[in-house]
Amino acid sequence: MRIVPIISAIAAISAGIIVLLGYFVSIEPLPDLRILLTDWAILIAGMAVLVGIFNLVAVQMEKIRTRQKGAAYGVLLVLSLIITFGFGLLLGPDHPFMRVAVDAVIVPVEAALMAILAVTLIYASIRLFRRRMDVMSVLFLIAAVIFMLAMMPTPFGPIPGDRFILFIEGAVARGGARGLLIGIALGTLLTGLRVLFGVDRPYGDN
Amino acid sequence: MIALGLLGFAAVLLLALTFWRRRSPAILRPIDAYERLNRAVGLAVESGTRLHISLGRGNLLTARGGSALVGLAMLRRLAERTSASDRPPVVTSGDASLAILSQDTLHSGYRAAGAEEQYRFSTGRLTGLTPFSYAAGTMPIEHDENVSANVVIGDLGAESALIAEASDRENSSLIAASDDLAAQAIFYAAAQEPLIGEELFAAGAYVGAGAAHEASLQVQDIFRWLIIIAILAGSLLKFLGMI
Repeated sequence: MRIVPIISAIAAISAGIIVLLGYFVSIEPLPDLRILLTDWAILIAGMAVLVGIFNLVAVQMEKIRTRQKGAAYGVLLVLSLIITFGFGLLLGPDHPFMRVAVDAVIVPVEAALMAILAVTLIYASIRLFRRRMDVMSVLFLIAAVIFMLAMMPTPFGPIPGDRFILFIEGAVARGGARGLLIGIALGTLLTGLRVLFGVDRPYGDN
Repeated sequence: MIALGLLGFAAVLLLALTFWRRRSPAILRPIDAYERLNRAVGLAVESGTRLHISLGRGNLLTARGGSALVGLAMLRRLAERTSASDRPPVVTSGDASLAILSQDTLHSGYRAAGAEEQYRFSTGRLTGLTPFSYAAGTMPIEHDENVSANVVIGDLGAESALIAEASDRENSSLIAASDDLAAQAIFYAAAQEPLIGEELFAAGAYVGAGAAHEASLQVQDIFRWLIIIAILAGSLLKFLGMI
């Protein structure tokens, strides 16, 4: 019998139950235990980031070693990582050089991706009819265009009936969004219960 | 105390319905996206192409972790079903803890299918730690690794449009669901078969993850009706000036 899955399941379920009870029951030592276990989880998550970065490097190194497609990008990624990590350790995150690395490289790259995203969304809307030509798709697109026109500033000022459109947005669209969020909250609750009961065990080689 | 009581009620219902569902499996209404997923899995195994599963960037220490856990439950079943394939599925995540759990889930899925030697650590990947770096790291996989179907399920935001676009460019199937409303709107426009709202949480039941997943759907339905009744009763009492 393999012992690791059993121990990891006991640890996960008992920690989950203690944290959950710590939220609702203020009998000592449950609230303190909740804070302690949450702190441990944050520490482990911090270590997981290092493991994750190691995984990222290992995957890229394998790509480079086996000369797969895009290996050149892998070289660039690993080199950039080593250089920024090395300088970050030596100079500290507040050093002007490190600020330049963030302000001159990372921020513009993310901004460029944001710009591509805007174009991608327009393109996806245009292709929606090619993919699915039904009543709901037509309604979806009309609603999106009308709400955008009512919300954004136009060169001619507010469009006619903008207050009514915004009222509909507040009453109907937000109501629908809340309905979706209630469904998601219920799904999350039940998923959490399945993990607490040990039905879903995505850990410890179960 | 009311919250704890409701939680206890949900737990009791889940246990009772799970035992009931073990005896008589549920008949689920057809959802096009999950039917497409089941076809895509079979097709990927037969044609020797890869399945790409993107679990999003749901932090397990927050409420957003729920959708990530659903993705992991589905991944376990998909790993078992694709264990006979020459090309194992690639799993990408935007959260380090999730990436580690995805490796663990893949490993246990292969072991359960008796194909442990198929497991490669490099099939469970962390592709980025910010939303856009995660999308940027995920997009090339769809181009470089002979992917025939993309399953994007988890906590994603607006960056999901870039992943959906990459999938469309490669003419691969896209089955997508997120707990984020912006991402749901994007998937409605960009995916062939989008999953809306709580349909995301039905993934386990539709890929055959067991009676507990079917029972979860029933408990969700019961609670949904209770919430509807509570909202209507509250509105009526307010209208009558009693509260």
